Amino acid sequence: MAIMNVNPTRMQLSKLKKQLTTAVRGHKMLKDKRDELMRQFLDLVKEARQLRDKVESELASCNAHFVNASAVMSKQALDASLMSPKQQVTLEVGSHNIMSVETPVFTSSTRTSDEGDIFPYGFAFTSFELDDAVMSLQRLLPDLIKLAQLEKNCEMMSAEIEKTRRRVNSLEHVMIPRYRDTIKYISMKLEENDRSSRTRLMKVKDMLLDKAHNYSGH
Amino acid sequence: MRYMAKNIAVIGDSESIKGFCAIGLDIYPCDSGEECAHLLRRIADSDSYAVIFLTEELFGQVEKERSRYEERLTPAIIPIPGVKGNTGIGVKRLLSFVEQAVGSDIIFND
Repeated sequence: MAIMNVNPTRMQLSKLKKQLTTAVRGHKMLKDKRDELMRQFLDLVKEARQLRDKVESELASCNAHFVNASAVMSKQALDASLMSPKQQVTLEVGSHNIMSVETPVFTSSTRTSDEGDIFPYGFAFTSFELDDAVMSLQRLLPDLIKLAQLEKNCEMMSAEIEKTRRRVNSLEHVMIPRYRDTIKYISMKLEENDRSSRTRLMKVKDMLLDKAHNYSGH
Repeated sequence: MRYMAKNIAVIGDSESIKGFCAIGLDIYPCDSGEECAHLLRRIADSDSYAVIFLTEELFGQVEKERSRYEERLTPAIIPIPGVKGNTGIGVKRLLSFVEQAVGSDIIFND
């Protein structure tokens, strides 16, 4: 039994009782927060996993296209075709609050109005493999951005869940039992004091009666 | 809600990432882990990127640098497979989130 180092007084007792109610209420709320965070987190993780599988397999096929393209074209020609991009992708970063966790929201926009306007080279001297590669990568981009957002959310939420879980556990297994034990200890101590002063009074009364009337209570 | 316009960066070996240049992302070719750590710190601190994609190979080598940005809203540092193939780091990372949150692996242990 772990009790706090406090004086066994009525003041302390009422203070501790107040603290216990706060702790119990806090514990309940944090537990609810943890459960809700966990529910949303598990959904997010599942979604992220599916999206990652998809993105990884598509990225592998993009890479295969690039390898094919580099097989037909010279390295210099390939680099020259790719290195002067026509398009620029920018992300608007907003934030979304999930159970007090600030998570980013990415919305993408492109520099030119036509999103399909991607090929930064003329078609005359490049292979069609390269067109395929660039096009499939372009199609994959929204998924990549979505994946980045999902995984960042997962990362931030898992940290928050860990923190909340620790708080819940420390309240449940350390703080609340300690408050309960201390309250019990103080109230027992007070009762004990009460009993001892009562017996003392009875004893004194007996002695006084004895002295005044030569009369014993028993 | 406040909005900021930021870009996307890709760091990795030049073979893996040159395609991303064509579709309008900023690429930073880089081959060694040490170089990558400097680069990552520089571009992440410049605060102009919302997402930084790293090839899996480099992703595993810059753990210390990555941990500095875990708590921040941006940049999101995300592993992607390079030309050398998929090493499964991405899925392992998701799994580690689950472990951190739940205490044990409850979804992917099939």
